[in-house]
Amino acid sequence: MMVSLTARRLPRFAPLAIGAGAVAVAAGLSFGLGLGGPVMTGILAALLFVAALFGTAWRVEGSRAARNRVASALIYGAFVLAVIPLVSVMFTVVDKGWARLDGTFFGTSMNNISAFDAHGGAYHAIIGTLEQVGIAVLITVPLGILGAVYIVEYGRGKLASWIRFFVDVMTGIPSIVAGLFILAFWVMVVSPMFSADGAPTLSGFAASLALSVLMLPTVVRSTEEMLRLVPNELREGSYALGIPKWKTITKIVLPTAGPGIVTGVMLAIARAAGETAPVMLVAGVNSAIAFNPFESQSSLSYYVFDQATDSSKYAEPRAWAGALTLVAIVLTLTVVAKLLARRSKLSR
Amino acid sequence: MKLQRLGIIAGVGLTATLALTACGSDNTTTKPGATGAAAAKIECAGGTLNVAGSSAQKNAMLEWIKAYKGACKDAKIEYNANGSGAGIQGFTAKTADFAGSDSALKDTEQPAADARCATGKAIHLPMVTGPIAIVFKVDNVDSLQLKPATLAGIFSGKITKWNAPEITADNPGAKLPDAAIQTVHRSDSSGTTENFTDYLTATAKDAWTFGKAKEWKAPGGVGSKGSDGVAADVAKTSGSIGYVEMSFAETAGLKKAKIQNGAGEFTELTPASAAKTVESAEVKGSGDDLKLKIDYNTKAAGAYPLVLVTYEIACSAGNGDKAALIKGFLTYTSSTEGQAQLTKLGYAPLAESVRVKVAAAAAKIAA
Amino acid sequence: MTSSTTTKPAAGAMLPRRRRFGAETIFRWLTTGAGTAVLVIIVAIATFLIAEAVPALRDNKENFFTYKEWFTGPADRKFGIAALAFGTVLSATIALLLAVPVALGIALFLSHYAPRRISTTLGFLIDLLAAVPSIVFGLWGRDYLVDPVKDLSAWLNEYMGWLPLFGGDGPFGKSVLLGSIVLAIMVLPIITSLSREVFMQTPKANEEAALALGATKWEMIRTSVLPYGRPGIIAAVLLGLGRALGETIALAMTLGTTFVISFNLVETGGNSIAANIANKFGEADDFGRGALIASGLVLFTITLIVNMTARAIVYRRREFR
Repeated sequence: MMVSLTARRLPRFAPLAIGAGAVAVAAGLSFGLGLGGPVMTGILAALLFVAALFGTAWRVEGSRAARNRVASALIYGAFVLAVIPLVSVMFTVVDKGWARLDGTFFGTSMNNISAFDAHGGAYHAIIGTLEQVGIAVLITVPLGILGAVYIVEYGRGKLASWIRFFVDVMTGIPSIVAGLFILAFWVMVVSPMFSADGAPTLSGFAASLALSVLMLPTVVRSTEEMLRLVPNELREGSYALGIPKWKTITKIVLPTAGPGIVTGVMLAIARAAGETAPVMLVAGVNSAIAFNPFESQSSLSYYVFDQATDSSKYAEPRAWAGALTLVAIVLTLTVVAKLLARRSKLSR
Repeated sequence: MKLQRLGIIAGVGLTATLALTACGSDNTTTKPGATGAAAAKIECAGGTLNVAGSSAQKNAMLEWIKAYKGACKDAKIEYNANGSGAGIQGFTAKTADFAGSDSALKDTEQPAADARCATGKAIHLPMVTGPIAIVFKVDNVDSLQLKPATLAGIFSGKITKWNAPEITADNPGAKLPDAAIQTVHRSDSSGTTENFTDYLTATAKDAWTFGKAKEWKAPGGVGSKGSDGVAADVAKTSGSIGYVEMSFAETAGLKKAKIQNGAGEFTELTPASAAKTVESAEVKGSGDDLKLKIDYNTKAAGAYPLVLVTYEIACSAGNGDKAALIKGFLTYTSSTEGQAQLTKLGYAPLAESVRVKVAAAAAKIAA
Repeated sequence: MTSSTTTKPAAGAMLPRRRRFGAETIFRWLTTGAGTAVLVIIVAIATFLIAEAVPALRDNKENFFTYKEWFTGPADRKFGIAALAFGTVLSATIALLLAVPVALGIALFLSHYAPRRISTTLGFLIDLLAAVPSIVFGLWGRDYLVDPVKDLSAWLNEYMGWLPLFGGDGPFGKSVLLGSIVLAIMVLPIITSLSREVFMQTPKANEEAALALGATKWEMIRTSVLPYGRPGIIAAVLLGLGRALGETIALAMTLGTTFVISFNLVETGGNSIAANIANKFGEADDFGRGALIASGLVLFTITLIVNMTARAIVYRRREFR
């Protein structure tokens, strides 16, 4: 009598065949019996596929293998499930945003545009976003890099570990809370000191501050990670030459970690550019082009929100065009940042 | 080498910014045809005005500002539609040069506003008549008639289906679907809500038990931010009903319900039918201070009763160097030409008897 | 860029000399200051929020923690956080219930199922999901996702209406379900990326030992990967929770803005602390702002606790390694 050393296995085409069968049956059930449309077919097909796969595998390969197959199917399925919204969002944004993506959109503001005017654009909002994010970068990059240097190179003991811990905690601060903080701190307490009539002023700069609160932990965290990847031999070599620590850090460690830090900063920019809530609270309302960040300023993400909640029939295409622009900016930044990171020699 | 890359990135960003800054336009060149006729009537002054207040008059203000700035190159006027409450606060705190408000100053607010005006007084100038439209979106239903009590029942959540007996009774012969009613109300504090609930309190006391307030107090329904939000929500939701100023119903292209007035007629909302209600309003306040008391139960024939009057609250004197511009702008908005601009935006022009008084008061605004 | 600096070694000075106000000291102080800034900011957030919230809380005519509605007009100063806090927790919980299984599935897919070569690229795809701004998700949820969710709600209501969660008789649309689904999509990449990292760190020896004993791939995952990663998973879920609790704009656009405490997911309604701030802020006066800041303070406290717990778990784990 021969004992087979390998367990019986389903042929390789079996899952495919079961899948095809499940789709066919599901389509038949939902369209034939009128249970639902394409979405229903998808759900039914998925359920049928899992059930049928489990059944067949159980009969042929035994219960353990059957569970294994179902788990694999579910895990693959989870990934597909996550791609659906991504594709849907991208498709909707491009599809609806395309209509108003013209020269007027990039060349004009919303000044003098009433609800009955078809044109109007996001020029002022783009300027606002660029300035606000730019100022936030100027604030957070030095602060963030120095903070990370402290954590990695100087920090010892309780204070350093507290800082490290709270940098991580700070990444979780909701953006609306950052906005409220700047409202309570800058707008209501500090800005009256600078205004002529002692009244609180909403400004693009306040929005920059709020964005800084959100960007800082991201910059610190990514810089910290990059600094840790700098080989210790470099530092030791430098010390051995008698170069003081601060010079070692600024001339050797930071440049080596440079590309990685840039990546982190770009990711932080991408996050900040997409924030709406803090800008809404502290930046004020301005439909005209404002280059001065100490005035009320719009921003691209707030522009999308504003246009999306406007009743004018011309507003919605503007909102989607704004959303498309925003997504394009943010995704470009993200993709470039990740590609930079991958090319960096320091990454694992 | 590594810093070079940083430099390239910074360079690209800088170039993009510069390229953008080079070619922006603030739409300041207006079409000559639009303002040419009105321009002759506009009394120009230079300077900058910050105006804040009611979102109900936002569309009117933007149109007026556009026309005024088109005629007067030195004038810069910003209207921030942040709500009547914020407008009054800004006016009192001197961050706004005058305020747009859906309701008159309360007796408790008047002294502070007067104090701000130094030598003058804070006066109410009724400027924009914004009828409140009851907008709805029901599949295959084009017209709808509602009694105040039915309206109150719907918005208080007691009537939940479109084919409820109360609604069918108001609409004899109409085919209404067996669909749930989705009421949409303002989620922010609003003068529109205050006027609408005031109307319901005055006309349907038994069915409406939530009183008059700026905040929505009845249970149920969904809230949406601003008149814009309500209009946009109704436009998107089948089976929904909401209240917005007529102007927003127009911009969103929504269907408006006919409302029963004190004479028992179901009247359609048009600038003319709303103006009839304003005509019957009673002027309170003394001198140049023109507060209006609207009669929601008006028996005037063909009058649409649900009307909101929004004021400009300004200083009669004590405006400093901004006086000329305030006077010029408000004189324009209260002129026949200025008021004529409103009709196409979905507002009702002021009744002539009231307009004359407003124009006279505006002309007296001093430094 | 740096020209090679010729440092001539000073005779007899092998170590850089310490001076009291030398560049070294200054640099050290600068970095310490920058590091401490983080602590200062956190303390400042709490301080300023409390300072602005207290006057409003003092004038509040109702109990802040039990009152359900939010009126801050001059006529009646009454506001409470009960319904808002409930709505926040409810939508975040539902979002996590939806997101966590899927996120763990994706994480396992990326760490153990997908071929190594494409797994980075696929992981990148999930990261892109995290990069999409919340306003875009809000717009998409409100204008596009609302219709499928309305159909789904009607279906759930018809067949499972006996459950209070899916009860009621409409209308459906901007509901907790819609908000939660949008939220779930937004927290998905966060939970995925963290748990994926943890799964990848499973000691190879554990995995191979399981496989050598004849375990199937799934059994190997169940017996070695998941137990090893459990603290990491918990932390990831808590971080996702923190994000879900604080999300503002997407929820302001997809929830129905009501002030009731109800477990009903499909009928229009739902609200959250953050969405309420976005909705009410525009027309709020000083008192109203104070009241909103008070609610923001509650949100800050909740998210701070959640995040600190999550990070504490991560840190404890790190020390074991």
